Amino acid sequence: MADGSIGLWTVPLAVLGGAIRVSTPFLFVSLGECITERSGRINLGLEGTLVMGAMSAYGISYLTGSPWLGVLAAGITGALLGALHAGICSLPRVNDVAVGIALMLFGTGLAFYLGKPLIEPTAPRLPAIDFGWWSDIPQVRAALRINVLFLIGVVLAPILYWAFRITRWGLLIRTAGESSDAARAMGHSVLLIRLRATMVGGFLAGIGGSFLSLFYPGSWNEGLSSGQGITAVALVIFARWDPLLCLWASLAFGGAAALGPALQSVGVTSGYHLFNAAPYILTLAIMIITCSPKRTLTGAPAELSITR
Amino acid sequence: MTSETADSAEAVGTITPTADAGFLQRHGGTIEYVLIPGAALAGALVVFGIFVMMSGKNPLDLYFYMYQGAFGTWFSWQNTLTRAAPLILTALCTALPAQLGMVIIGGEGALLIGALSATSAALLLQGMPPLVVQIAMVIAGVIGGGLWIMLAGALRQYRGVNETISSLLLVYIALAILNHLVEGMMRDPASLNKPSTREIGAANMIGSIPGTDVHWGLVFGLIAAVAAYILIYHTVFGFAARVAGGNIRAAKIVGLGVSKLILTICFLAGGAAGLAGMVEVAAVQGRTNANLAAGYGFTGILVAFLARQNPLAIIPVAILLGGISASGGLLQRRLGLPDASVLVLQGIIFVFVLASDALYGRISFLKGKS
Repeated sequence: MADGSIGLWTVPLAVLGGAIRVSTPFLFVSLGECITERSGRINLGLEGTLVMGAMSAYGISYLTGSPWLGVLAAGITGALLGALHAGICSLPRVNDVAVGIALMLFGTGLAFYLGKPLIEPTAPRLPAIDFGWWSDIPQVRAALRINVLFLIGVVLAPILYWAFRITRWGLLIRTAGESSDAARAMGHSVLLIRLRATMVGGFLAGIGGSFLSLFYPGSWNEGLSSGQGITAVALVIFARWDPLLCLWASLAFGGAAALGPALQSVGVTSGYHLFNAAPYILTLAIMIITCSPKRTLTGAPAELSITR
Repeated sequence: MTSETADSAEAVGTITPTADAGFLQRHGGTIEYVLIPGAALAGALVVFGIFVMMSGKNPLDLYFYMYQGAFGTWFSWQNTLTRAAPLILTALCTALPAQLGMVIIGGEGALLIGALSATSAALLLQGMPPLVVQIAMVIAGVIGGGLWIMLAGALRQYRGVNETISSLLLVYIALAILNHLVEGMMRDPASLNKPSTREIGAANMIGSIPGTDVHWGLVFGLIAAVAAYILIYHTVFGFAARVAGGNIRAAKIVGLGVSKLILTICFLAGGAAGLAGMVEVAAVQGRTNANLAAGYGFTGILVAFLARQNPLAIIPVAILLGGISASGGLLQRRLGLPDASVLVLQGIIFVFVLASDALYGRISFLKGKS
C-alpha cells in the first residue's frame, strides 16, 4: 500500500479529489447565477465572466505577487461585467438571454486579447491546505489538498440559503424575481435590485474563474474554460434555485469532470474525450429528466424569461 | 409670372414635407432597420478604436487596415467572401428557430457533426464518381447537422428543456465526439501532429467559382438564405411558423401542429449549419479535424442578431463580418494586435446591436408628421 500502487482504487479516489478540486468553479458560478436568477434575470454571460476572472486573477497575481489580490481583481472584473449586463438589460425591450450570449463572446474575446502576454509567465498560485497529512498514500494526500476558496464556497452556500429565506436583502431579491410589480409597489427599484444581484453574481463567477487560473489547473491559457460557466448556469436550473442543492450538484459535476483524467491516470485512454464531455452529458441528462413541458419548474422565479 | 413662380415655389415648399412624411411613414420601418444597426456598428467601431488606442496603436491605421484587409483589394474581397459562406449558413441556424421565438446558439455543434457526417459519406463512397460523392456529402451534412439541432428542438418541445442551454451543451458534446473519432476510429495513421481523418480526395473537393478563389460554398449559402427567406415570408408553412412564434397559444387554438413546426424548423436550421460543415470539409480542409471548430458557429449567432433574424439581411451582414474576420490577419501583421482582437470587436458589436434594440420606434424624425 505504502508504495502507492493501490490499483483501481485510484479511480474513485481521484474522482473524489476531483469532485473537491474541479467543483469549485462550478460552485461559485452557480451560487452567483443563483442570486442573479432569483432576482428575475438570467445571465448567460457568466462563461465570459469566468474566463475574464481567470485572466485578470492571473495577471494581477503575476504583477503584484499576491494571488489573493488576483482573486479580488477577478471578483471586481466579474462585478463590472455583471454591471454591464444589468445596464444593457435595463434598457427597454432588450432581451437578457441575448445580452448574455453577447457578453459570453465579448468576455472570452477580451480575455484572450488582454491575456496574450500572460501565457508565458508563471504567477504565484493560491496555497492549499493539506488535509491528508494523516495518510501515507500519496493519492489520498493529493485528493485532500484542498483550496481555501472551496471551503469559502462550502460555507457560502448555507449562508446564501439562510439569507434568501430570512434577510431583508434576500426577500427583496426574491420579490423582484417573483413579481416586479410587487417590488415596485413596495417602493423599490426593480432595476436597481437586479443590477446589484447581477453584480454580486458576476463577482462570485469571477472568483470562480480565479480558481481556474490560480489553483487548478493553475495556469492561464485560451483553453482554460470550456463551458464550465454555461454548465453552471444549467446546474442552477437543476438545483431549483436552491444554494444548498447548488453545492451538492457542483460536487457531482466536479466528480463527473474528474472522471476522464482519473481513468487516464490508470491507463484507460480510449474514450478520453467522451469522458471529458461527461459533465455536459450529465447536465443534459439531468435537464431531460427533471424538466417537464407541462408545468413550470418548482422554485423557478416567476419573472425569469428562460423558464417560460 | 413672378407671383406664379413664387406660388409654385411656395406650393412645393409646403407639399414637400408632407410628401416626405408620407415617404417616411411608409418606409420609416425599413430605414430604421438599416439606420439603427448601422449606427450600432459605427458606435462599436469607435469604441474598438478607443480600445486599440489604449494599447498604443493609432485607430486610423486600424480602420485603414481593417478596410484594406476586408474589402480593399480583390484578394481581400475573395478572402472575405470565402469566410462569409459558412457564416451565412451558421447564421441561418439561429435565424430560422428565431421565427418560432427559440434562441438556438448551437450552430457550432451542428457544423462539426455535419462535417463529420459529410466526411464519413465521402470516405465510404471512395471510388464513386465525384458528383455522386459530393451530393452524398451534402445530404449527409444536412441530415447530420439537422438531427443535431432537431434534438435540441425535440427536447424543448417534449421535455421542456431550455433550447439555448441544451444547444450550447451539444456544442461541447459534438466537439468531444469529433475529437474521439478523429483520434480513434476515423484517424488517418499518417496524421501525426494533428489527428485527422483520411482526406476525402482532391477529385471530390467542390472547388472554386470560375475566375475566382471563392469556393462554391458561397453559392450554397446564397441559395440557402434565399430559400429560407421564401420559406419564412412567402409560404403557408413560414406563415404558420411566424404565427407560432408570435403567440404559441393562438397557434394551438387555430390548430397548427406546433411540434411539427418546431422539429422541421430546427432540422432545417441544423441542416444549414451542417451544410456549412460540409462546405468547410469539401472546399477548405479536405478532411475533418479539430481545425473545424474555428468559431463560425458562434460568429453566426452575431450575424443572425445583427440581421434581425431576417434570412435575406443575413447575406450582407455575413459578408461584413466575414470581412472583419478576414482583416484579422492583416491587423496581426501590420499592427501587432493579437488574433483575439477580432473576437473583441465582434463582442463589442454584439453588445451595441442588442443595446440598440431600445431605439426602435423612438427616433422621432422617422415617424413623420402624424
